[in-house]
Amino acid sequence: MTSGTVAGTTIEPELEEQFQELLDHYEGQPGALVPLLQGAQAIFGYLPEEVMARVAETAGEPLSQALGVATFYSQFRLQPHAKNTIRCCHGTACHVSGAPLISREIEKHLGIHAGENTSDMLYTIEEVHCVGACGMAPVVMINDRAHGKLTPDKAVEVVKTFQAEVEGENGGSPATSGQESEE
Amino acid sequence: MMAPERVLERPAPRNPRLSVPEVEVRICLGTGGVAAGSREVLKAFEKKLALSGVYAVIRPREDECGGQCASITGTGCQGLCAMDPLVEVILRRNGSAHKVTYGQVTPAMVDEIIAKHIIGGEPIAKWLVLSDDGPTEFASFYEAQEKLTLRHVGIIDPEDIDDYLEADGYQALYKVLSSMSPEEVVDEIKRSGLRGRGGAGFPTGQKWQFAAGYSSPDGIKYFICNGDEGDPGAFMDCSVLEGDPHAVFEGMAIGAYAIGAPLGYVYVRAEYPLALRRLKIGVQVAEQRGLIGDNIMGSGFSFHVTIKEGAGAFVCGEETAMMESIEGRRGMPRLRPPYPAESGLWGRPTNINNVETLSVVPWIILNGAEAFASRGYEQSKGTKVFALAGKVNRTGLAEVPMGKSLREVIFGIGGGIKNDKAFKAVQMGGPSGGCLPESLLDLPVDYETINQTGAIVGSGGMIVIDEDNCIVDTARYFLRFTQHESCGKCPPCRIGTKRMLDLLDKVCEGKGTLGDLTFLEEMAQQVRTGSLCGLGTTAPNPVLTALKYFREEFEEHVIEHKCRAGACEALTTYSIDPGTCTGCRACIRVCPVQAITGERKEIHVIDQELCIKCGECYDKCRFDAVRRS
Repeated sequence: MTSGTVAGTTIEPELEEQFQELLDHYEGQPGALVPLLQGAQAIFGYLPEEVMARVAETAGEPLSQALGVATFYSQFRLQPHAKNTIRCCHGTACHVSGAPLISREIEKHLGIHAGENTSDMLYTIEEVHCVGACGMAPVVMINDRAHGKLTPDKAVEVVKTFQAEVEGENGGSPATSGQESEE
Repeated sequence: MMAPERVLERPAPRNPRLSVPEVEVRICLGTGGVAAGSREVLKAFEKKLALSGVYAVIRPREDECGGQCASITGTGCQGLCAMDPLVEVILRRNGSAHKVTYGQVTPAMVDEIIAKHIIGGEPIAKWLVLSDDGPTEFASFYEAQEKLTLRHVGIIDPEDIDDYLEADGYQALYKVLSSMSPEEVVDEIKRSGLRGRGGAGFPTGQKWQFAAGYSSPDGIKYFICNGDEGDPGAFMDCSVLEGDPHAVFEGMAIGAYAIGAPLGYVYVRAEYPLALRRLKIGVQVAEQRGLIGDNIMGSGFSFHVTIKEGAGAFVCGEETAMMESIEGRRGMPRLRPPYPAESGLWGRPTNINNVETLSVVPWIILNGAEAFASRGYEQSKGTKVFALAGKVNRTGLAEVPMGKSLREVIFGIGGGIKNDKAFKAVQMGGPSGGCLPESLLDLPVDYETINQTGAIVGSGGMIVIDEDNCIVDTARYFLRFTQHESCGKCPPCRIGTKRMLDLLDKVCEGKGTLGDLTFLEEMAQQVRTGSLCGLGTTAPNPVLTALKYFREEFEEHVIEHKCRAGACEALTTYSIDPGTCTGCRACIRVCPVQAITGERKEIHVIDQELCIKCGECYDKCRFDAVRRS
């Protein structure tokens, strides 16, 4: 793994500034724990222990309470998270229209399972319940953009197109993350 | 009872339209529309209309129109999601307006629409889904609908408050604040017969009356809008939040005035980023204009709204769990009583209504309780938005008067089943509801009738499944969902749903027994009676209705080890039809375990011992030679 392993105590200075702003903003507000965790995750991409501890302190709650809340809601992540999220919708409409097959193909293509990151930390796959575009089922959301009426093949195409965009930016080849299964 | 008599400032658009363009193009930018590529279509219209040289593309509130002008608007969901991206084109010529809607528009079609229709004046009939000139093949989708809740969705620009104000926006709040007492507002809603659209169907006016009857020592009460639309398969709240956010604020402010609440929350699930963004824009602008916030319209009534982003927990749609979540804790339901009306958020009297309920409130105030109550059926008044999804031809949102039959909705509006497959069941009310068979399709959709079947109207999701879907697998899908989302507070729900799921897994793997089915029913009763909140008490519904109406399919799984839909992998076998196989080797290449053998141009064979039933060969074969049974 390259960077991003926030080990122990060091938070990068520019992130520290943003984080402190967030803490100041919610200081003393009732019910601030959830929005604090959301804000912190938006800054760091996940919730490192040190961050959790400072959030808990600001919210006036014990760390155990903050951890309890963070593990209750599906939005929060305690591990680093890849840069781009591919959300396979498993809402009812998507399920009956073949979401399981689509998930399987995307997982195979990226060589990871739902909930895992690719080794280059570029992509992660999540299974979610309903993104509210049931009329277009089955749906896959890549970051905030939804793609509808997919078949397993089309879904992989959509992911490949997105990979080409991402990796084109980095100057890399549009090939996948090195873990692609043999085709 | 004393009605306020002061003269208030009537809401009006701040930037009225400077010009009415000859051409108006409205493109659906709801989540579904965007998924189908509507943003690209919008860009294509912008670029190509300007390039045509005939029309200047203007923003009607900012630009004056010199010669021939066109405007392009992004709207919320236009309803017929199956045909997204939808594009509405209005031409104003010779003093009359002519409107059509195109379906499944791609950027490549835009040139032709501009050349032939917008410039040439001849709509392109083959792409139309709706037209002023006469019925299209989609006429039955539109005819039976009556849009009260969705009156602005898909028409106005949800990010432009002046669009809402021009469409009578905030006039209901004005009417309430200038001429009605809180008691009169409650009475009006009670007479309308409006019931909660979130699922339980509790009378809204009565709920407001309860909340109005309590006060707190510091005068604080809360009015919450429940936008945590968690039922997988229901997306009407999403469409309203995305397409008409101010209607929600207006409905909330009217309710808050009726119960005397100075503070409000809109709780929206994090999976709806577009809705969240539009609400945040909306609340800020509405406050700037004095339409919510301090001293609304100079009336002396203040109501502040905070947008609260959920963090991903289905149970938070339950009202007491939602309050726990807003308070920053795990969203676990509270024991009732005390009811939220007495002691809710931070111990203050609190009222919670669903998005759809609140957005129709301004309509009721402006048009009168009788107008609403004159629609509908027996105890279920007015209209309800249904989300049609699954194996139905015309997926999308349809708003119809309560009391239409399921058949009218699924086959009339929904246009029947995809690919002419056979209808199997419709799942009403998501994971809290149940699946209903063909024999019940002529029942009217109203709260009481549907409750008697074991399903619920719920939030209005209708997922249609066909002969290719296994009823046991579908029931298992819902139970897996509720099991995963159980908050864990009540053991019957936490452990019971898990045990039920284990049994269903067993059945799907062909290892179940008839005794398991009986045990499943017994356990369902225990989960239902032993759970505190709606999640646990309704979680068994999909399983119970499936067993009630499709028992023979369960029995096939356990007795004959057969899944007639071919959906349960363990009970499915794949074979190659010797008469159809061309010997192309395509299946051999995709088989991950080398279970298929055969030379080129010779018939291939699947070794059942090696086959892992992944279905790759079935998907790959172009000649339908791979058979699944």
